[in-house]
Amino acid sequence: MSEKNLTGRYHRITGEVVSIPPHFPAPVAWAVLFGISMLLVGLLVVSVVVLLIKGPGIWGNNIPVGWGFPISNYIWWLGIGHAGTLISAMLLLMQENWRNSLNRFAEAMTLFAVTCGGLYPVLHLGRPWFFYWMAPYPSTMGVWPQFRSPLTWDFFAVLTYLIVSICFWYIGIVPDLAAARDRAAKRRWQVFFGIFALGWRGSGRHWVRWRQAYVITAAIAVPLVVSVHSEISMLFAAGPIPGWNSTLFPPYFVLGAAFSGFAIVTMLAVMVRSLLGLKDLVNDRHLDMLGRMTLATGLLTGFGYVAEVFTALYAGSYEYQTLIDRFTGPYWWSFWGAVFFNFVPLQLLWWRKVRVAAIPAFLIGLSVAVGMWMERYMLLVTSLYRDWLESSVNLFHATFWDWSLYLGFIGFFMAAFLLFVRFLPVISQFEIKEALEEGEKSAG
Amino acid sequence: MKRGRSPLAEREPAFLVAEFAEPKPMLEAAKTLREEGWRVELHSPFPVKGMKEALGFTDRTVPHAFLVGGIVGAVAGFGIQAYANWAYPLDVGGRPLIAVPAFMLIVFEVMVLCSVLTGIATMFAKNHLPRLHYPLFDAARFHLASDNRFFVSLALDGCDEGKARAALDRQGPASVEKVGGELPE
Repeated sequence: MSEKNLTGRYHRITGEVVSIPPHFPAPVAWAVLFGISMLLVGLLVVSVVVLLIKGPGIWGNNIPVGWGFPISNYIWWLGIGHAGTLISAMLLLMQENWRNSLNRFAEAMTLFAVTCGGLYPVLHLGRPWFFYWMAPYPSTMGVWPQFRSPLTWDFFAVLTYLIVSICFWYIGIVPDLAAARDRAAKRRWQVFFGIFALGWRGSGRHWVRWRQAYVITAAIAVPLVVSVHSEISMLFAAGPIPGWNSTLFPPYFVLGAAFSGFAIVTMLAVMVRSLLGLKDLVNDRHLDMLGRMTLATGLLTGFGYVAEVFTALYAGSYEYQTLIDRFTGPYWWSFWGAVFFNFVPLQLLWWRKVRVAAIPAFLIGLSVAVGMWMERYMLLVTSLYRDWLESSVNLFHATFWDWSLYLGFIGFFMAAFLLFVRFLPVISQFEIKEALEEGEKSAG
Repeated sequence: MKRGRSPLAEREPAFLVAEFAEPKPMLEAAKTLREEGWRVELHSPFPVKGMKEALGFTDRTVPHAFLVGGIVGAVAGFGIQAYANWAYPLDVGGRPLIAVPAFMLIVFEVMVLCSVLTGIATMFAKNHLPRLHYPLFDAARFHLASDNRFFVSLALDGCDEGKARAALDRQGPASVEKVGGELPE
């Protein structure tokens, strides 16, 4: 008899998820948010056009702080992206069913964050239209990339990560697009979902092959995440710069990435469920688990801070001087800000009540996003601004165009995410059904 | 090449589609019918445990494609780095041109990329997707295959329709319907 209820529940879940695009529950709120995002996208376009015309001189970058905002923001964005893959792939492999309500939009977040992140180093090139010079292709110049440099590794790592994330997300969404196609009443929705569902018909042999491909991709995606952010930390750690040249960096960066990503996923989960009224599908349990993940990765990142200080004290001389610069130099606010925003509100997540409360969870997520941004900024700027030659000391100050580009990318991210929420199934309904079926079997 | 019927239409047999309310009877029906020698396929809104066994599915092309793609990618990733360093030698402080440890990250990334692209492309190719229309879509209730109903289809492929229908009926489906087969002149 419970099985009868189960098929009824399946039907409700299908309806709840795939009816969102044709019958959007919050058109006004969506339009307002999308309008704001598009204004910021406008700012992005202006910032990029000005950059292309005038060059990177419009930014605060100087010698010795040649990287500035573009690279610290690049790392921030990419770090955010990693949590989407980890939630989706790692929890799939561990058969943690609570992932099913989160994985779809967490992966979408990954795609958009990686796109924002990936564009930053391209814009930072000075002549972005030559970005393809980083690819190894037989050019008439006879020149090849320098494969022994982390800058070239970066190109491969980010491109691979972006493509693999798109594939993983897309094969995951195909069955849901088919469900949406089968429910669509209006011609334009039928055509839209029909094309992107690729003719999926839920055939048993298809499901078996699909499952093989999905699980193997997940198993590959987890080490891929680790490799990508470790590689990004090599941009720093492979250089002989005090404060960077440390074996701590790869795990420290990967954990910090997961930390900031879980924080953003929490924010998006709160937003998605209140905007779309999905309180049964994204429930307290999901916020609770996200809170725990944020807390755990946050504490591990905190350990990274302690280990970094220890390394500097143990090494002495230049490392020690950089540490003092971080504590008390002109950028002290970025160090102490990172410590405060990352770790102080985080402690509230020890209480379940806070983890499951939407607004506090959202605010803690925001605090972590700010804190991790300060951390990336601090790591980059404090190690670079003061070298040990008088001629190599120069303060970095972000300009209007630094901020406008950053805000513009935030707008782009929001706009892309809102479009995703508006037009595609935001929750993996077939995996929720599958988990219910499995639960029924093990219970009975 | 001019023929009365398009090659596509010749390939498609007619189908009998039986609907079940729950996954378990669908699996049992598929298993029995397959053992009786029918060409069986099942359709469900989500992957049901036991599908593989019910269909007698043993194909491991997709996992192998991932493996082969990965190996080819790793070799290609190393090869291009080695080749580029020979073709355009950059001597940095006398360090070795073929710096194996420094090459490994790109080897890994290219391996992952080729493996995933090959594996997923193989999955789609073996499933004969994308294919936007399929005869079964004409069945009246087949849209529920992505909602909460479970279907077993038999390809008639020259078999006797009456016998096939009787075999399906023995499995106690909610309904049986015939689709495809008749071509407009």
